[in-house]
Amino acid sequence: MDPAALADCLKTTSCVVTQVTSGLIIGMLLFLVAAGLTLIFGVLKVVNFTHGSFYMLGAYLALSVYKITDSFTLAVVCAGAGVALFGLVFERLFMSRVYGSNVLMQLLVCYAFILMMDDAIKLIWGAEFKSMGMPAAFQRPPILLAGGVIPAFYLFLIVIALAIGAVLWLVIARTRIGKVVRAAAHNPTMTSALGINTGLIYGAVFAAGGMLAGLAGALAAPVRSMAPGMGVSILIESFIVTVIGGMGSIGGALAGSLLIGLIRSFGSIGFPLFTEGIMFLFMAMVLVIKPSGLFGKDI
Amino acid sequence: MSKNQKPNRITRRRFLKNATALGGAAVLGFPMISRSQAKTIRVGMPTILSGRVAQLGTSSRNAVMMEVEKFNAAGGLGGRRIEMVVRDSKGQPQEAARVSRELVNSEGCEILFDAEASSGAFAVNEVARDLGVLCFHINSETSALTADPKNRIPNAFRTARQGVHDSIAGGHYAASVAKAKGLRQWMTCSPDYAYGRDTTAQYLEYLKLFYPQAEVVGEAWPKLFQPDYTEVITKILQAKPQALYSCLWGGDLTSYIDQGNIYALFKATQFFAVNMADYTALTVVKNLPVGIHSGNRYIKTFPKTAANAAWGDAYRAKYGEYPTNWAWESATTANFLTAALKKANSADGKKLAEVLRGLKIDSPFGTDGTITMRAEDQTIIGYAIGWGTTISKEPYMPEVTAGDWKQILELELDWKKRNKYI
Repeated sequence: MDPAALADCLKTTSCVVTQVTSGLIIGMLLFLVAAGLTLIFGVLKVVNFTHGSFYMLGAYLALSVYKITDSFTLAVVCAGAGVALFGLVFERLFMSRVYGSNVLMQLLVCYAFILMMDDAIKLIWGAEFKSMGMPAAFQRPPILLAGGVIPAFYLFLIVIALAIGAVLWLVIARTRIGKVVRAAAHNPTMTSALGINTGLIYGAVFAAGGMLAGLAGALAAPVRSMAPGMGVSILIESFIVTVIGGMGSIGGALAGSLLIGLIRSFGSIGFPLFTEGIMFLFMAMVLVIKPSGLFGKDI
Repeated sequence: MSKNQKPNRITRRRFLKNATALGGAAVLGFPMISRSQAKTIRVGMPTILSGRVAQLGTSSRNAVMMEVEKFNAAGGLGGRRIEMVVRDSKGQPQEAARVSRELVNSEGCEILFDAEASSGAFAVNEVARDLGVLCFHINSETSALTADPKNRIPNAFRTARQGVHDSIAGGHYAASVAKAKGLRQWMTCSPDYAYGRDTTAQYLEYLKLFYPQAEVVGEAWPKLFQPDYTEVITKILQAKPQALYSCLWGGDLTSYIDQGNIYALFKATQFFAVNMADYTALTVVKNLPVGIHSGNRYIKTFPKTAANAAWGDAYRAKYGEYPTNWAWESATTANFLTAALKKANSADGKKLAEVLRGLKIDSPFGTDGTITMRAEDQTIIGYAIGWGTTISKEPYMPEVTAGDWKQILELELDWKKRNKYI
């Protein structure tokens, strides 16, 4: 514990800028994964435990496309589209069969896929860890702002993640498609009775959730090594985010992600050995005070 | 011959009787003889073939198989060949212990090659203690495994490098760089588990011994397999240390470097990463900063000998990838076993253990072309140990400062006394 170091940091602009940026970076990547998880739960009422594996698949797809094309943009787009397609097939062929079943059955199907996807990654890309490397466009010195250090790539990540979050919010809140999705989430029987194909909506929502995880994996690929099983740690943090923000709430996912990012960023200075403890403590407090999460309501 | 006596000729009944007896003897007897002549020496090998460090376990298996094939091709031990029985422990200590028991009790293995990380090695050591089977600890670098008399057993030998040896050589090298460049303010960033904590503490101990002016201004302990090091890196940037030590390894180290690069972390500080100079990390990092100080893990240019280069090339030609730190340790294990088999002219575990104590073998991985199995604590000494700076292409670490084994052994003795191991 070093609260004095934290107090010193809060007094200096450079430290505050660097740590706030650091919190934003951690939070925004987490947001992309958690947003997909919470979107699927909000509409389908299932907890997609394979979401971490979707993130992993996105990272590996991006690696392959980047190797072939040398284009990071194409790598990100292909990874998002590829995982969306995979999510659609996964939902239509497997998850749709266990919607009415109890949670244990859903968990079993998801866990089976986690194991199969890990093995598939090993067969296709190998068991050893991989690294994409930083695209040439971002190989530049970090930006100095008020004495704080902000890498150019991370600035790009923050902007992209915010843009994706804004588009997601617009689609859900302000478009006809969003209305239909919200209707299907609220009352699927009535929505179906109105002649809307709810199965299609479920598949599309699962694909969108998968796309978000795939995009997160692809965007993280230049700075995180890839290995089979890499989705587990991000899945745990995403669950913390969704519990804090409220299961099913996109705004909650954003708030939860940023909170976790800032806790980790400033916690590493003041409480370096208890940062994760603070995260879980915060989650426990939210569960006690407001069990549905900070923004806990259906989209 | 009397009238009633039957002539001594082969009747159909006698033929069938004799043929049956002969057939029975052939089925029951002769194979016993031939089997005992060609009975293989079964060696059980628990290792990590799945999960995040599967690459290391696979390289261990590959290196052992390469050496065993040479031994078998040369005729084995009077015709007896070594047969490897390799099992996946998934990196879990309890599974490593279970698999080891199964290899001995059910698979008939006479010898164990424990190719586990330290957590698993301690578990296998207890199995070896219980069953009395000859055991080689191939990859565990935790010094206490053989240094602490509580862990030591007469039938277990370590054929891996040892943490305390690395720390002494590393501390000495770091002190010489620190003196030359005036690096007084140090920080550490190592994984938060036993290996990270122990190795970092030992490294700092010897850094301060050789350079008392060194001061530790901060520590960071990221979790093992942590995907994001942003908060750790920014913490280091805030502390502004002149030098940074890390024993992160594998994918964690490469992620850390990728993420540190975009903060220009390695331009602001001298980076000492003991596990950098291993091909698994060197070949994966796309933008390897020039001038990272590292201990040698396995590189084919240190020791700079034709034998070492040939071994590295042969491994790569056979398996299509570079050998790892675990690979040279595994090859050394197989070499010690085959040398002991020849010297003892027996596969009996007790006879082999007797021969192994103090055994010196020719090895491409030895500082002077040999490696010795030190008798008193049954661990290897004299293996290549050195530090240097990295570049981003072959040979990756062009100049290596070799560790002084005389100094290492003197300080190790002192360390053992302080820890009441002797």
